[in-house]
Amino acid sequence: MNIASTHETYNYKVVRQFAIMTVVWGIVGMAVGVLIAAQLVWPDLNNLFGLFGPDFPYTHFGRLRPLHTNAVIFAFGGCALFATSYYVVQRTTQARLFSDTLASFTFWGWQAVIVAAAITLPLGITSSKEYAELEWPIDILITLVWVSYAIVFFGTIMKRKSKHIYVANWFFGAFIITVAVLHLGNSAAIPVTLTKSYSAYAGTIDAMVQWWYGHNAVGFFLTAGFLGIMYYFVPKQAEKPVYSYRLSIVHFWALISIYVWAGGHHLHYSSLPDWAQSAAMVMSLILLAPSWGGMINGMMTLSGAWHKLRTDPILRFLVVSLSFYGMSTFEGPMMSIKTVNALSHNTDWTVGHVHSGALGWVAMVSIGALYHLIPRLYGMNSMFSVGLVNVHFWLATIGTVLYIASMWVNGIMQGLMWRAVNEDGTLTYSFVEALKASYPGYAVRVLGGAFFLAGMVLMAYNVYKTVKMKDAVALDSVPQAA
Amino acid sequence: MSDISDMSSFWSGWVTVIVLGSIFGCAWLLWVTRKSQKFDSETEQTMGHEFDGIAEYDNPLPKWWLVMFMATIVFGLIYAALYPTLGNYGGLLGWTSHNQWQKESDAAQEKFAPLYAELAARPVEELAKDEKALKMGQRLFANNCAVCHGSAARGNIGFPNLTDHDWLYGGTPEKIKETLKNGRNAMMPAWGAIIGEEGVVATAHYVRSLSGQETVDSTQVAKGAELFAANCAACHGADGKGMPAMGAPNLTDGVWLYGGTQGIVEMTLRNGRAGVMPSFQQTLGDEKIHLVTAYVYSLSQAKE
Repeated sequence: MNIASTHETYNYKVVRQFAIMTVVWGIVGMAVGVLIAAQLVWPDLNNLFGLFGPDFPYTHFGRLRPLHTNAVIFAFGGCALFATSYYVVQRTTQARLFSDTLASFTFWGWQAVIVAAAITLPLGITSSKEYAELEWPIDILITLVWVSYAIVFFGTIMKRKSKHIYVANWFFGAFIITVAVLHLGNSAAIPVTLTKSYSAYAGTIDAMVQWWYGHNAVGFFLTAGFLGIMYYFVPKQAEKPVYSYRLSIVHFWALISIYVWAGGHHLHYSSLPDWAQSAAMVMSLILLAPSWGGMINGMMTLSGAWHKLRTDPILRFLVVSLSFYGMSTFEGPMMSIKTVNALSHNTDWTVGHVHSGALGWVAMVSIGALYHLIPRLYGMNSMFSVGLVNVHFWLATIGTVLYIASMWVNGIMQGLMWRAVNEDGTLTYSFVEALKASYPGYAVRVLGGAFFLAGMVLMAYNVYKTVKMKDAVALDSVPQAA
Repeated sequence: MSDISDMSSFWSGWVTVIVLGSIFGCAWLLWVTRKSQKFDSETEQTMGHEFDGIAEYDNPLPKWWLVMFMATIVFGLIYAALYPTLGNYGGLLGWTSHNQWQKESDAAQEKFAPLYAELAARPVEELAKDEKALKMGQRLFANNCAVCHGSAARGNIGFPNLTDHDWLYGGTPEKIKETLKNGRNAMMPAWGAIIGEEGVVATAHYVRSLSGQETVDSTQVAKGAELFAANCAACHGADGKGMPAMGAPNLTDGVWLYGGTQGIVEMTLRNGRAGVMPSFQQTLGDEKIHLVTAYVYSLSQAKE
């Protein structure tokens, strides 16, 4: 490729790399999820039924659970965000990525972070901060990758051909900046050895910093970033204009200014000062409307195009993801109310809530976007099999519903059993009785997870066939009509 | 409200300003955006810019959404006026999480205290035959003790079985109550470095011979007997029958806290053991401890 055409075309190579790895890490992360869900049904799975002797700690729930969360959030979700943001920012600014070298570094650097996580977490090397378990050398690598990502992304924005910046890019931009701040703030630690460090904060402050990070990892990584995906792929797939530019402005600014307040609701009735708990609850309730702004804009964009749902499973993925988004962003503020939280806290309800967001919203919108993206990246009109996309859609939807319904039942049952009191003031149930009662729900969860995972395996096959189709031609060399 | 959790007035003011600033900022954003709307209902008018073929309609903010947004803002402001939200300002209701707990705790105390006071006045031996008292004791046991001793109180490795007649610290009501109130810290020293590996093996043979276990080697037993007399008899007694005052177990009865195989006994000798029974004084208080004592006491009485 000569230099002249480099300027005219987009860097799709890095987009293709991240898109393929999204599918690969999706399968890995969800498979680990199904395994740890199964461990709660068959506890002997903790050491793989003693396959490697009785002392085999590397597959215990406590070590694989952070591996699951890191793999699905940062490996699967992260790769989906890199792939789509690099694609969208180029298409909507009509500019090639700011630096191919840095973009390539973000790909290989991010993969190195994931591999390092997959090695260190089963070994038990952890900072013990939820969703930020990776130890300090890996944190430094994350920082380098993230700064490079910001340079590539905002450098490309600077090169844009139009005066305005498209709404999807606001969300991607907010996500990149805020995640950098959160990562630096929460991961601040004093290293002791190469594999051990201690948090720079102590006690309640450490807890507050952790949940300021933890909740905004949800708010900016899993919400703002994926709203960026939604704002490009929904109107594109529906071939309709975005419903309201005005609504996108209001809900964007309200969302990013209110979200950062909400983390304290993870620490209700703890030693966190009352004012910080109340402020977090108030802000969480105010967050409902800004969150729904994105759902309304996505759903209403489809008005006049609803008939396409009958024939287009990709659009179905996107619409159902918005429904789950709306549902979990309603559920979240409700659970932040102190009296509701007193029932829901520490129960499976929280786990169900997270998965209605993670499976229903994050995974579904990413899968929909990838089915739109992958044929285009390989010069095809559509996926190898649209029928398989449809099967995947139903597997994912049924899997998500089974998962969250079983966790609702379990969570509310646990909350009620834990607080039940006899006429003499003693607790009616011991902990183990509530655990025993949760058993059927755990089995249903494994089933739901297996459905979702099966869909991802079908996707991998479909993607493989699409990429391998004989006439697939890479688009890099074809000048893009903007 | 004034306690150690109060902030300096600077930080209190800072919190107040940014909380209210965030809320009023949203209200302001809604107000200006609504005011500048060109259309009252849905329109086909776009903003005039297009990105990769995507246009954007200039539709107004949906009314129901606007109302919902404003309602949450109003609710938030009312809540902040009533409950501690704005720094050191305590709220009109005077609510704190601590006094909510105190109220609920006091109410429970008032409701249940007479019941517990009545039972606490009766001796353990009598309660151990009272079905209602035992039921209450069992519930307390299930929520506080079963985690280690098992829901049937039969114990686990390292945690004594409470249904047999083998007591480390004594099984009278007084002794059981003492254990519950103050906890116990068992201290079996590590002998590996003192008597050497050969000594550990020989002593283990001797210790196992005390309860008549088979496969003990007679030369090792003889050698172990000497070491036992010199090192172990001080706590476990010359005859190995233990000493409840120190919590030193009886080694002759075939009941093993950590296991009685040659390997396990060697491990106990080599590395020592440090069993801990926590104190439940803070968690349960005198009256509930009285009931749990009766329940635990009843477990070994019933079999007689």
